[in-house]
Amino acid sequence: MPQLPVEPAKAVSEILSRYHGDPARMIEILQDLQEIYRYLPKEVIEEVSHQTEIPINRIYHIATFYKAFHLEPRGETIITVCTGTACHVRGSFRTLDLLSERLGVKPNETSGDLKYTLETVGCVGACALGPIVIINGKYYGHMTPDRMDRVLKRMGIIEKYS
Amino acid sequence: MRSIRKKEDLLNLYENLRKEREKQGKFISVCVDTGCLATGSGAVFSALKEEIAKAGLNPEGEGVKKILRGTGSLGFDSENPVVVIYPEKIFYRKVRPGDAKYIVHKTLLNGEIIERLLYKDPETNEPIPYLDDIPFYKHQKRLLLANHGIIDPLSIEEYISIGGYQALLKALTEMEPPQIVEEVKKSKLRGRGGAGFPTGIKWEDAAKRDSDIKYVICNADEGDPGAYMDRSLLEGDPHSVVEGMIIGAYAVGASHGYIYVRREYPKALESATKAIEDAREAGLLGDNILGTGFSFDIEIARGGGAFVAGESTALMASIEGKPAEPHTKYIHATQAGLYSKPTVLNNVETWANVPIIINKGADWYGNIGTEKSKGTKIFSLVGAVKNSGLVEVPIGTTLREVIFDIGGGIASEKKFKAVQTGGPSGGVLPESLLDMPIDFDTLTKAGSMMGSGGMIIMDEHTCMVDVARYYIDFLSKESCGKCTPCREGLRQMLDILTRITQGEATMDDLDLLEELSYVVKDASLCGLGQTAPNPVLSTLKYFRDEYVAHVRDKHCPAGVCAALIEYEIIPEKCTGCLACKVRCPVGAIEGEKGEVHKIDPDKCIRCGICMEVCTFDAVRIK
Ligand SMILES: Cc1cc2nc3c(=O)[nH]c(=O)nc-3n(C[C@H](O)[C@H](O)[C@H](O)COP(=O)(O)O)c2cc1C
Ligand code: SF4
Ligand code: FES
Repeated sequence: MPQLPVEPAKAVSEILSRYHGDPARMIEILQDLQEIYRYLPKEVIEEVSHQTEIPINRIYHIATFYKAFHLEPRGETIITVCTGTACHVRGSFRTLDLLSERLGVKPNETSGDLKYTLETVGCVGACALGPIVIINGKYYGHMTPDRMDRVLKRMGIIEKYS
Repeated sequence: MRSIRKKEDLLNLYENLRKEREKQGKFISVCVDTGCLATGSGAVFSALKEEIAKAGLNPEGEGVKKILRGTGSLGFDSENPVVVIYPEKIFYRKVRPGDAKYIVHKTLLNGEIIERLLYKDPETNEPIPYLDDIPFYKHQKRLLLANHGIIDPLSIEEYISIGGYQALLKALTEMEPPQIVEEVKKSKLRGRGGAGFPTGIKWEDAAKRDSDIKYVICNADEGDPGAYMDRSLLEGDPHSVVEGMIIGAYAVGASHGYIYVRREYPKALESATKAIEDAREAGLLGDNILGTGFSFDIEIARGGGAFVAGESTALMASIEGKPAEPHTKYIHATQAGLYSKPTVLNNVETWANVPIIINKGADWYGNIGTEKSKGTKIFSLVGAVKNSGLVEVPIGTTLREVIFDIGGGIASEKKFKAVQTGGPSGGVLPESLLDMPIDFDTLTKAGSMMGSGGMIIMDEHTCMVDVARYYIDFLSKESCGKCTPCREGLRQMLDILTRITQGEATMDDLDLLEELSYVVKDASLCGLGQTAPNPVLSTLKYFRDEYVAHVRDKHCPAGVCAALIEYEIIPEKCTGCLACKVRCPVGAIEGEKGEVHKIDPDKCIRCGICMEVCTFDAVRIK
């Protein structure tokens, strides 16, 4: 387990004070904490429960309900494939399968070395350009397995094609 | 600084800004919303800015006197990046940064049209210089999207300069709240979020409640994967939504509002936040708006990423910081909604209609649309269609007009197969129903829904069983799990559909699938479960043959379902060029240079790269 960059007790008390400890702001509180750690480590959730005196299962209920929250560490490079309907009917699933093969991770998982996270999303609102793939925030439109593979090679994620 | 304290302030400001704006009649607009930026419109914008400065002009302009505007989307997304030169509305498509100097020198400064950047009529191949003459626009009626292209959405002055907030002025200073409710009722505006509930009736019920505090909420969760009109409205014209909300709050007596924005829309979040801040700073939100004694403010609530959070009761739970689980609606939100107070929840597009109705009047509005549903509706025309993007048409326009007259039909040589409307709650409609007018009631009767306006076009290469499986997979993951029929029923349906796509189902499974569909429909608590089987039932109704082909012949006629297809090389066409062999990610292709290649079906992962890279059309799906 890597060392956490910020002491949970400190981060949690700081963010709770931002929202005056109001439990109605729990989603935002967790989102802000996640911004610090890039995911929600167990220690942080425990600390939120401890400081707010809200039972931990209630916090987990929220943290597991919304897709915004990640309970596992995430990769350095995040590759998001849109699997919304418009992208799906144009074959985004083939690109997703290829990525899964290339990166050795299943959709919505992170590689063991924490290098890559392969994610899916249900529409980013750029449907006319579909299939959309987002790599660390950059949008790529009209993605196909062929084009994806060439991007991977250009980025040095794969060394050679076959 | 609160610059607008009373009626006269807004009127004067409008007069000044309007005159100021008119001094610069000619300007260039570049779409800079999420969809356009993904095609590189940001670089085009920068290049134009540089060229304008080089020509000795001020690209930023002064106030609303602008030569260059970054605007919301013009909707014709398959032609992005789009640049339009006003006032003539010269339409340039697929513009590259290198085109900037020609646009500035030839068109802006000399009025010359650059032919190579024009859209060409697909039939005659004649270039069409002006936006209004392009078939994609000619058949639309753009009321809600009217400001896209002509204002910088991040500037409240720009919105005011073209008459923005005049409806608010009229509502607050010339109308009593009941009169506004009456006007909206008379307009027959129906909610654009999917269910089509009459907006005026909702407002009337909230208005008559006695409560210390009432809320209005804007639903910008836009969960339908394939629809993006709400994103586009919030990015391209956020003040129209804010204006609608203030009018609505005044009409029902609300003091507090929320805009609940989908997590995947960072730019919409940014522009909605900016619009609220600017309106507050100008004095159009906050205490004593326009000196009328009416006070109202809006906050942003960020979505957490859950489809079911778009459902009304779930959305309110989410704003309260709880998991977005729906609950029963024995009591309407208009009586006890957010924090158990009377609440009006409307969709983004519904709110954006309000200023139009107040400005032009319910009678004028009533001329657009059908007997029971008035006004226009924005659709996102996507999938296998040629002209892809956002289109706005009067309700009652036929599917064929939208898909063929505006959309230009299918993008490739393939044939039209079906249109999916209404997202995960809707269904697919075949060619034979294309002459149906689009309305809440007609589409529901045909087994689909108008929904929030997603319109996904499918051609012969779309497998209907795969589409049904796709939606049930999506919904089973998004089900909140509160009720058994939805949680377990969808899981079982997914299991059957998966087996069908893998060629492992029996004919009895088809009956079971249908039976399960009705159970889930009838016994689920919220709209998610109640409508979830629609994609299955409608595909079974119109494309049963395709299910049968998967089950009985273990064959996917569209060539989509990976377990039922094989890629093979046509020996007569293969030149042995190695192109596919070097690109196959799993080394499934054999054959030396000059020899006919062969694909090993056991190694092949069905990615189709070989087919994409073959220049001799020598790869096909068996
Ligand atoms: C599962 C589910 C998801 C929904 N998602 C949305 C949504 O993303 N946006 C929306 O405006 N309405 C959505 N709705 C409809 C809302 O419940 C509600 O009817 C609507 O926001 C009311 O506004 P309107 O009358 O202006 O349409 C959804 C409903 C259900 C059952
Ligand atoms: S129908 Fe589905 S989504 Fe709706 S409350 Fe029941 S389980 Fe939750
Ligand atoms: S479906 Fe992929 S961007 Fe909308």
